[in-house]
Amino acid sequence: MNEYKYRESHEWVKFEDETTALIGISSYAQESLGDIVFVNLPSVGDAVTAGETFADVESVKAVSDIYSPVSGVVAEVNEALCDRPETINEDPLGAWFIKVEKITETEELMEEEAYGPFVAGLE
Amino acid sequence: MKLIFERGSEGQGCAVLPACDVPPVTLPKQRTKELRLPQLSECGLSRHYTELAKEVHGVNDGFYPLGSCTMKYNPKVNEAAASLWGFTKIHPLQPEHTVQGCLEVCRQTEQLLCEITGMEAMTLQPAAGAHGEFTGLLLMKAYHDSRGDKKRTKIIVPDSAHGTNPASAVMAGFTVVSIPSRDDGCVDLEKLRAAAGEDTAGLMLTNPNTVGLFDKNILEITSIVHEAGGLNYYDGANLNAVMGIARPGDMGFDVVHLNLHKTFSTPHGGGGPGSGPVGCKAFLAPFLPGRRPAGREKLHWETSSHSIGSVKAFYGNFLVVVRALSYLLTLGREGIPEAAQNAVLNANYMMTKLQDLYPMAYPGICMHEFVMSLEKMKHETGVSAMDIAKSLLDYGIHPPTMYFPLIVEEALMVEPTETESRETLDEAIAVFREIWQKAKTDPASLHEAPVRTGIGRPDEVGAARHPILRYEF
Amino acid sequence: MGSYIANTKEQQQAMLEQAGFQSFDELFSDIPESVRCRGLSIPAGLSELETMEQMEELAAKNKVFRHIFRGAGAYCHYIPAIVKSVTSKEEFLTAYTPYQAEISQGILQSIFEYQTMICELTGMEVSNASVYDGATAAAEAVAMCRERKRTKVYVSAAVNPEVLAVIGAYCYGNGMEVETIPHKDGLTDQQALRAALGDDSACFYLQQPNYFGCLEDAEEIGEIVHAAGAKYIMGCNPIALARIPTPGECGADIAVGEGQPLGLELAFGGPYLGYMAATGKMMRKLPGRIVGETTDKNGKRAFVLTLQAREQHIRREKASSNICSNQAHCALTAGAYMAAMGAEGLRRTADLCVSKAHYLQEELGKAGLRMKYRQPYFHEFVTTGGRAAEILTALEQAGILGGLPLNETDILWCATELNTKAAMDRTAAIVREVSQK
Repeated sequence: MNEYKYRESHEWVKFEDETTALIGISSYAQESLGDIVFVNLPSVGDAVTAGETFADVESVKAVSDIYSPVSGVVAEVNEALCDRPETINEDPLGAWFIKVEKITETEELMEEEAYGPFVAGLE
Repeated sequence: MKLIFERGSEGQGCAVLPACDVPPVTLPKQRTKELRLPQLSECGLSRHYTELAKEVHGVNDGFYPLGSCTMKYNPKVNEAAASLWGFTKIHPLQPEHTVQGCLEVCRQTEQLLCEITGMEAMTLQPAAGAHGEFTGLLLMKAYHDSRGDKKRTKIIVPDSAHGTNPASAVMAGFTVVSIPSRDDGCVDLEKLRAAAGEDTAGLMLTNPNTVGLFDKNILEITSIVHEAGGLNYYDGANLNAVMGIARPGDMGFDVVHLNLHKTFSTPHGGGGPGSGPVGCKAFLAPFLPGRRPAGREKLHWETSSHSIGSVKAFYGNFLVVVRALSYLLTLGREGIPEAAQNAVLNANYMMTKLQDLYPMAYPGICMHEFVMSLEKMKHETGVSAMDIAKSLLDYGIHPPTMYFPLIVEEALMVEPTETESRETLDEAIAVFREIWQKAKTDPASLHEAPVRTGIGRPDEVGAARHPILRYEF
Repeated sequence: MGSYIANTKEQQQAMLEQAGFQSFDELFSDIPESVRCRGLSIPAGLSELETMEQMEELAAKNKVFRHIFRGAGAYCHYIPAIVKSVTSKEEFLTAYTPYQAEISQGILQSIFEYQTMICELTGMEVSNASVYDGATAAAEAVAMCRERKRTKVYVSAAVNPEVLAVIGAYCYGNGMEVETIPHKDGLTDQQALRAALGDDSACFYLQQPNYFGCLEDAEEIGEIVHAAGAKYIMGCNPIALARIPTPGECGADIAVGEGQPLGLELAFGGPYLGYMAATGKMMRKLPGRIVGETTDKNGKRAFVLTLQAREQHIRREKASSNICSNQAHCALTAGAYMAAMGAEGLRRTADLCVSKAHYLQEELGKAGLRMKYRQPYFHEFVTTGGRAAEILTALEQAGILGGLPLNETDILWCATELNTKAAMDRTAAIVREVSQK
């Protein structure tokens, strides 16, 4: 528990218990996206599906889809990001997008130790 | 610069209205919210807008090689024609016999544009290129629907396409199948064959394509789509390269839209109004929107038998059509191809004189525009396409289109147009070459550009993060 | 033959050779022979003098009416001379969309000012930089309201048929279902509206004043719409907004309308101007360009196109709208018009419209044309009782464009500040003559 796990598309998930987790994007992701100016988030109660997009983030000249590593139901949405999207650039691991509960499925993900070298390999 | 709300003072204004010559009547329910508008004398107002105008670069202010936008000179006789009272003072719902001139303007323009595109019917109703795309796609949808062919839900769009193509397809209720382009920016026939099938409603294509090349396989491309039962849509954004030289109708296209504000010299007005007529082959004519002129001696309006309805009130951006007709009459059958020839010549001339310094994204002859890639430059010197663009501002040149098409890294797309003289091109070439030298010797100075404009490098991130979209009194 | 090519034939040949070509034909060698065009079948080109003659001849085939009592979506207002002077400045006229902020501050600032004025006029929080016209603004607004489970669109039957047709075509595209709510004695039937709305309703579109000129009870209707959880769109005449309760005050989520009355010529239907404003909540769903204020690298106030990630060039197939070119120059015109009139001038224009329309209605009444709907109205109203075709023909012969015939007996009239008492008296007199025949 309480460890960050990563998708290859640079989302992280942090489990709070067996069926509840926070989702955000990695430091590598925020850096490659550049200055984030807005994030489109789902609503509480929406279903999210592992491997499918649940949000998108906007920079000035691009939009990028954000994929969910888990299937479940949106329990909370970090509305503060809408007012201060720069938080995602400043503190990517703290800037969670959504909290998902009733998780029924989790993709195969990278541990911190694997993700570091994976990112290094991309550069 | 002061905002208009920051000028003048309480009680100032222009004397416009007469006293009321009938008994005054007031409405039962009134707004209670205060209405705050500028309070400025006519002189103050005039100076305000004159000051604003000085902070705008138009085609009349200098070279404007903005790729894919065809910023050619806007002839003044077109403006004179469009300001005739016989056009400006006409109510759109006047009886037909009192608007025979307007109907004839529409009729003549339709006929000329049909001949230029190789189409058989046309609507002038769409107000812009994207609006034309949407209209053309609705025609395709209505055609498939009329045959009960409900499974055709997909529109094939190459990845090099303008963003309006996929956006229009979705607005018309289709899903988009994006196919990757070949290395030379042309359609990958194998990928197209694989994508085309019984769910294909059609293909959207520009030719010359968005990287400025004419796709030689055009007949094969359109026949692949036809054989799959789909229709071919021609995005007329780049027609200026081939008008009078080759016609979309002869290339196998069923529907086209034109941009009168690009190809046919009507001014762009700082973003609009444009006009995006849609032409089609006869079998699609029954679905055309709006009213179209019909009849012989006396013209009247007619609505198509299976019309998709209307995509805009009335008959389109009529005064834009008037300007385009004036242009078409002036150029005529020799002038139209001559414009295309010179548009292509000017582009090739510039390309030839720059390609030793600026790497071209694609080899070979270009059409009316060419794409340079600053990828290598950025890697070596840190100078980006954006830096080059911003440096051009200091020389009084409007920068080329930046970062489009998306498939080219650090792209700058240059479209000189036919109305530019060799003198202007030579001056611009010299500027491009000088900037290249600077990029090599003093890259830092380019990051600072522009230095001679009223403002420099506004904070777009701040603007988008915390939007301020109106003045607060 | 006219031409705008600068280079002489000799220069062209020299340039061809320097670019490595012998002839123009070689330049087009990528175009297969099979699709080459061997000459267009269109007339030869003309000199400027001849072109202007032809255009003047065409214009002369139209009848310019000295007096116009017809509205129905296009309104004849006085345009102050300063407006023409502003809008004919070639910098504004010949520039493209302001992508390069450094050399487009004039256009960007003018749009920012326009956005502010539209917000003031509508009482809404945000405005975009314009769309094609009032009808497409209505259709775009409808699309903004779509939600996963809310896809049904309701439109009052008392809207302009041109607008209804455009909403219909857009919804044929996007798959939203459109239903009209009947009107009762010229006003939207509130009971029918309440009964129709449900969980699947995306929005209701109301025109104010409506097609028949009647003033709807917009606030009450807003409450009905919101009670059903749907969005409320109001399409308003901008001159009327100087006086009537604003969409903001009536609870609208989106305010749209035909901006033509704000200083744009009748011009046989276009170019006009679609204005669009919304609540802050819906800001990111607005289609098209939006200008925002920011600072430049030296901290100086500057304006830029902003929130661009909504738009087609970035979001492509996920964009909410495909709009690219808009009606920027028409927005500049409307801004200059509103600035020239000022709040007081706009209110006086509205008052003149109301007063003149009521005078005209009274005089027509005396001449035998009854009011079709007994409702409060702004500057349009419907009469019934006469032989519409005969009346309008008689007026036409006197150089007067009468109201729009809706059927054999009903006529939709309009009066504005341009209609003098004398012209209205004469109109009524002609109507009386025809009626007494």
